Amino acid sequence: MKRLLLALALSLVPIAAGAVEPDEMLADPALEARAREISKDLRCVVCQNQDIDSSNAGVARDLRLLVRERLLAGGSDAEVIEFIRARYGDYVLLKPPLEPSTYALWFAPVALILFGLLAGVIVLSRNRKPEAVSALNEDDEKAVSEFLKRSDAGDAS
Amino acid sequence: MRREIAVLPLLAAVIFGGFFLWGLNPDRDPSEIPSVLISQPAPEFDLGPVDGVDRPGLSRSDLVSNDRAVVVNVFASWCVPCRAEHAVLTRLVERDGIRLFGINYKDKAEDAAKWLSDLGNPYERIGSDLTGRTGIEWGLSGVPETFIVDGNGVVLFRYVGPVVGPEAEARFMQALEQAGAIQTEAGS
Amino acid sequence: MYPEIGHFALALALALALLQSVLPILGASRRIPVLMKSAQATAIGQVLFVAIAFAALMHSFIVSDFTVRNVVENSHSLKPMLFKVAGTWGSHEGSLLLWVLILTVFGAGVAGLGSNIPAETKARTLSVQAWISVGFLSFLLLTSNPFERVFPPPLDGNDLNPLLQDVGLAMHPPLLYFGYVGFSIVFSFAVAALIEGRVDPAWARWVRPWTLAAWVSLTAGIALGSWWAYYELGWGGWWFWDPVENVSFMPWLLGTALLHSAIVTEKRDAFKSWTILLAILTFSLSLLGTFIVRSGLLTSVHAFAVDPERGLYILGLLAVSIGGSLALYAWRAPEMEGGGLFRPVSREAGLLVNNIILAAATGSVLFGTLYPLILEAVTGEKISVGPPFFNAAFVPMMLLLVGFMGLGPLLSWKRADIAGLLQRVRFVAALALLAALASWYLLNGGPFMAYLAILAALWLLLATLREWALRIRLFEVPFRDAVRRAGNLPRASHGMTLAHTGVAVLMMGMIGSSAWKSEEIVFAAPGKEVSIAGFDIAFQGVERVRGPNYFADRGTLAVRRDGDLVTTLFPERRTYPVAQTTTTESAIRSTLAGDLYTSIAEPASDQVNNAGAWTLRILYEPLVNLIWIGAALLVLGGVMSLSDRRLRVGAPRRAKTAASDAVAAE
Repeated sequence: MKRLLLALALSLVPIAAGAVEPDEMLADPALEARAREISKDLRCVVCQNQDIDSSNAGVARDLRLLVRERLLAGGSDAEVIEFIRARYGDYVLLKPPLEPSTYALWFAPVALILFGLLAGVIVLSRNRKPEAVSALNEDDEKAVSEFLKRSDAGDAS
Repeated sequence: MRREIAVLPLLAAVIFGGFFLWGLNPDRDPSEIPSVLISQPAPEFDLGPVDGVDRPGLSRSDLVSNDRAVVVNVFASWCVPCRAEHAVLTRLVERDGIRLFGINYKDKAEDAAKWLSDLGNPYERIGSDLTGRTGIEWGLSGVPETFIVDGNGVVLFRYVGPVVGPEAEARFMQALEQAGAIQTEAGS
Repeated sequence: MYPEIGHFALALALALALLQSVLPILGASRRIPVLMKSAQATAIGQVLFVAIAFAALMHSFIVSDFTVRNVVENSHSLKPMLFKVAGTWGSHEGSLLLWVLILTVFGAGVAGLGSNIPAETKARTLSVQAWISVGFLSFLLLTSNPFERVFPPPLDGNDLNPLLQDVGLAMHPPLLYFGYVGFSIVFSFAVAALIEGRVDPAWARWVRPWTLAAWVSLTAGIALGSWWAYYELGWGGWWFWDPVENVSFMPWLLGTALLHSAIVTEKRDAFKSWTILLAILTFSLSLLGTFIVRSGLLTSVHAFAVDPERGLYILGLLAVSIGGSLALYAWRAPEMEGGGLFRPVSREAGLLVNNIILAAATGSVLFGTLYPLILEAVTGEKISVGPPFFNAAFVPMMLLLVGFMGLGPLLSWKRADIAGLLQRVRFVAALALLAALASWYLLNGGPFMAYLAILAALWLLLATLREWALRIRLFEVPFRDAVRRAGNLPRASHGMTLAHTGVAVLMMGMIGSSAWKSEEIVFAAPGKEVSIAGFDIAFQGVERVRGPNYFADRGTLAVRRDGDLVTTLFPERRTYPVAQTTTTESAIRSTLAGDLYTSIAEPASDQVNNAGAWTLRILYEPLVNLIWIGAALLVLGGVMSLSDRRLRVGAPRRAKTAASDAVAAE
């Protein structure tokens, strides 16, 4: 209930429509392109799960304007993002910064692939060595050789 | 296959399950955003007064040398929940003697003036933030929002949404007491 | 009256599910045929009663019975009939009822169609399926009764969220649920196999059609959802890595791995414990999706109204089903290995790589989706994990996968001839590289990654076609013979070719629409002209029109190319007074080459707004339709494979297994 009230309250911010507006855009296309890219990496704080570039919330518009203002003032992309982060915290970064608390996140995909490859190599090497066969118990070995025989026959056909 | 390996999926599921159980805690609000301002000095800002309202403007310098903690409330006349919150804040000023500063967020001066003359004006100072830039300095996500700032200008507490209803008011009262924003405690 | 019948039918279904959860499995262990057979009747009875309940709820929606709370909250008398019907599954309660309906449909399907499955396996499987039924029927009855009445009834309803009043989205949940609930039966088969302690090629063969059916629906459901987001949300994106999208995508990824690993189990009796694990995990991820969408654990655009108590109940169900099955797995799986041996270069090894990458990709998406929660629990920090992370993690893995995907089907089982393989793909690899370089030369600009993706997609397309050509000996034997050979190929093989081609096509669409999208955003008063991607678009003004339960500002855009009128587009901005929401209805000119995507909105700035101007947003998305065409090919491939005779006629009984299969594998 409390959450619902809050959602209601926040939704009453005057509603603008639809993302980036022409009057926000910068005259310099290169700078504007950078602004768009930066906006896509910043989360709209009042929306459920949206970047400020596509959000129509008032605060998102303010932040878009701010991003452009900082760019015009000569800020680099990193500086502009840092400026917003200093005010809203890590929460607004859709691309979490690489730091100790996110090592686990950023290295997880690599670790998963490596773990998978390791497992794969183990499976392959176990499959290749003839010793692996004799390591099986008698029943298994019989079953295996039966299957081999059958599929050999199958392949030949 | 080794048994130790076969147990891994179960182990992973149990760990994830533990996090889910933690996440279901009804007091946790997944959309609540922590403020980076807590325990930090209030941001730099300098707002002029609202035209037609008989209160001076608000700037950071008004927050750094107070005898006790003060409350900074961000409000607007177009914000419906603010109306309900207004009554609560007025009561806190009258009953508990809190010092209340206001930031009038993206509001037309005449609307704000009318709103305050209709409902009464409990604010000591009101800065007019027409552009919403000061709102960004405060990390504002919506209106209303309320901050408690100590005598030296350090932000102690932030409340998102209207301080309305027993639960919210109790939480806010507790924060006020801890901050020493209530007059009796300050003894002045 | 009808709601009470529905409610009562649900209670009866629960009673049957309780019986079915005990009797057949008891019968299987004690070898009492009558008890085992009872599953047949109870499974079909269950689906009948749940269908009655579902029909009763639908009836309440159709006649707008506002004494039923669910109808009040999700419908309105003026809503078009289609959306009244779709309103049945528009709420938490209704969609859960649909969930249970599909669960029982799959149970009854196995009871009715699985005549080739041994009685004991079938009895155990259906008992396990009934455990899931019991869990969700009781959840429905205890916490989420869709038939609750209100008194006094209001005069009219609150309307369904207008964003959801759309044909694409009306069909999205049934397909999606059919997919991810469909994996329940695969899960039940896996648990039954663990209880029996036996998995063999025959088992894999029984499971295959059900896996395929679920996978096909899930594919269609996800594609439909993405299509809806594309034209309805108004900014031309088709995938947002939102947590709710992710939870439907993860079972798809793992389900895809399962489809492939089950082939190895079926043909070569290998990867057994892995296939079982995938079957369990795929459905576990489906359950996780149900949990996340309904518990409010993560913030998302699409989540249902949230209730922590329900969340706790589902978590309990998850703990029992996932925890229980994985514990059983830990206990029984180590006894279940063996199977055909193979070389590092072989079809098996290829499918192993497929499984490793798909599993790692699933793991990455899962971890990324849940990481904010994990970090918050551990350190209290709140962070966001958004598209930049998912793209960085997912895209390289998919490129790697696609690289192998071109090779995989060319590998023979057990031991492939590397030299011969290289010789066969040499030409297509060179061709793909050449085409990618040519596109680089012609398109000047665009990210490097996009060209890498073009290369991968072309390689996959050409290698897939090459493999098909080799199979039917196109250009080697007279054309007529090649056609005859194509006709003789098993349908599953055509299915694979279609699906892999679909992936290549899908990729092209993704690359084109994300790397070469162009956009114009302008304030437009009548008479304003905009040029984009060779089109000249004239804004002719806005008029107010009325719909059944909304009114709209409809813009008129004349689209010309080289002076000739190509088409006229009518983007709308709709306002639904009852639901107090506005939606954007984009207008799109669709061609294979690309979409001209237009939408209008009232400007944010009052000044501009008062001057009578509109914000006009025009996008050109090259090749974007290939995304849905590719998805359609995936679905078609799945259906083709599903229609394979071998899945129905002469499906093996346990005694004879591999011999006949190996022929098909050639």
